[in-house]
Amino acid sequence: MNKKKIEKTADTKHKIALDFTIEGNNFSSAGEASIRLKHALQHIGYPALLIRRIAVAAYEAEMNIIIHAQRGVLKAEITPETVTIWAEDEGPGIPDVDLAMQEGYSTAPDYIREMGFGAGMGLPNIKRCADKFEIQTHVEKRGNIEKGTKVKIVIYNK
Amino acid sequence: MCLAEARTDGMCLSEIMTLLSAEVICGQDKLDITVEAVYAGDLMSDLLAQCHTETNNKSLLLTGLNNPQVIRTAEIMDVAAIVFVRGKQPLDEVLQLAKEKGVPVLVTKLPLYDSCGILYSAGLL
Repeated sequence: MNKKKIEKTADTKHKIALDFTIEGNNFSSAGEASIRLKHALQHIGYPALLIRRIAVAAYEAEMNIIIHAQRGVLKAEITPETVTIWAEDEGPGIPDVDLAMQEGYSTAPDYIREMGFGAGMGLPNIKRCADKFEIQTHVEKRGNIEKGTKVKIVIYNK
Repeated sequence: MCLAEARTDGMCLSEIMTLLSAEVICGQDKLDITVEAVYAGDLMSDLLAQCHTETNNKSLLLTGLNNPQVIRTAEIMDVAAIVFVRGKQPLDEVLQLAKEKGVPVLVTKLPLYDSCGILYSAGLL
């Protein structure tokens, strides 16, 4: 039944686009955007284990915005073959991306750690879950390019 | 090295409740849920790092972290039930969210290490 649903969406070239505004430092609904993405994928009939991988990547990206930025957006485009997620924020940018990609490295303050985050596993977790992972970050405004971080995650339904 | 024999059929929540002398805080009607894997820890990202390759659909989360983010992390990870260790009673907002999401919550007075050891010895590997 799930397979049939996916084929149907392929025939109609159907794409689902989700777009969430994420408010920095607001933990009262932190994670709900990723949970809504997860529910959308369940509704479409993506395989359960793949959904978990997509949800983990989206959740870590969403939490990064909440922890480090004033605001940001989490966008997803779902097709029967691919899920693409963009997490874009207006945060301070990452001075050393290689260091941020190291497991265990974190700049999160203590109160974030007390909430169970800031383990230094966010970006490594996203990369591990993604088939394609791109990150662009700027610590200061240059010309038309605003300060902040943009992450693109692609995961294939295969 | 593996000192315990794996239970291939998993373990139901009512058995886990007995083994950990745990109290059910919500989800009394769901004690027949069977879990096949356990995550344990207080750092959410460390738990998320493990779960994406885990093939089991239903798992249990043992944690001492008491905030609503535990419930949302559990939902992302396909966790079927949560046990708060060290006797931590879930905060009202945590319990409310668990009820909304339909996740059973148990509390044991045992520390995390002992809880894991007991479940592992009983075959929940």
